[in-house]
Amino acid sequence: MQHLKPARSLALASACVAALWSGAALADPDLSADLVIDGELHIVTRAPSDDTITPYLPERYSGWLFRSEDTRAMQMDDFENPAMIAAEAGAELWTTVDGSAGQSCQDCHGDAEESMRGVRAMMPHVNEDGVLWSMENYVNNCRTERMGAEAWRWSGDEMTSMTSFLSLQSRGMPVAVQIDGPAAPYWEQGREMYYTRYGQLELSCANCHEDSTGQMIRADHLSQGQISGFPTYRLKNAGIVSIHNRFRGCIRDTRAETFAEGSDEFRALELYVASRGMGLGIEGVSVRP
Amino acid sequence: MTDVRPRIRLPRSASAGDSIVVKTLINHDMETGQRRNSAGETIPRQIINRFTCEYNGVMVIDVALEPAISANPYMEFEAVVPESGEFVFTWYDDNGEVYTATEAFEVS
Repeated sequence: MQHLKPARSLALASACVAALWSGAALADPDLSADLVIDGELHIVTRAPSDDTITPYLPERYSGWLFRSEDTRAMQMDDFENPAMIAAEAGAELWTTVDGSAGQSCQDCHGDAEESMRGVRAMMPHVNEDGVLWSMENYVNNCRTERMGAEAWRWSGDEMTSMTSFLSLQSRGMPVAVQIDGPAAPYWEQGREMYYTRYGQLELSCANCHEDSTGQMIRADHLSQGQISGFPTYRLKNAGIVSIHNRFRGCIRDTRAETFAEGSDEFRALELYVASRGMGLGIEGVSVRP
Repeated sequence: MTDVRPRIRLPRSASAGDSIVVKTLINHDMETGQRRNSAGETIPRQIINRFTCEYNGVMVIDVALEPAISANPYMEFEAVVPESGEFVFTWYDDNGEVYTATEAFEVS
């Protein structure tokens, strides 16, 4: 990591130049904003940085802090949050019998509010066979192995509805992914990817989300690229976007061939990026522009 | 598309003659008629084309919706409640279906 430091200070220097050149190019997060859902549930949107995972971040910020007041307000009211439609559909799927075994999720797992509480906060997670799995893998494993049902597409409506519903059961809980032990090699792989430049534009995740956080990328604010808010309702898609779908979009925008959703690479990257948000509250289903 | 289900939110209480904020949301794809499927065929338009709200038989709002309105249309408006009564909300789908929701409201 040491070799990255010069590049970092260079980026800081250019950020300062940009600031002198045009104050409007900076769009810092609004640190005075408090994320409170329906006036009741407080969600942590700022968490301290640490030397091992995020040595170059002054503090961890949720992407929510970077959004406009209108967008932030939508997420603070469950009635106005359009992602709740997906979460409700997910709740229906939870109790719907599917597959040759004639079972629903609920038949094994019971009340999701209890059994699924905290699950999203520890995803992705190394399974019993030592393989790193995202929440989608766990869902599809249940479907194919236990229910005798067909696997859902990674970013299909059923899957994103289900992950929205599951994520909601961990809302407000801090991100707490395991990065040591069996997860260590995956985490290393993810970190390697994060600092690798991809595509014709030769951009790494860090170039935008670490070096240039707070600046504008055309008309949008560059956040830290945290994933604690996923699955997220993206207004421009008018639908739920999964973590891997967002990764794909970012890598595509560097004009690179992207990895597939659910690929080894994206699961490793998901673990590393999740760890960069350690301590931030799971937003369950967030709203982003 | 999953089942279309209207959602309504009214304030908990109000005095007679107050103007209250009414919020409604309905899940709907609002297919514009401009898009094509993977085979290149036009996906036919299917939107909610009209939304109305009545209070005790009096029209509060009558909205014509157009294809540019995004999925899951959300409506927020004010209504004067001179006495206790019932709100009737109606959404008209291009396919002829009509979705209604009623909500009783009490003034103090």
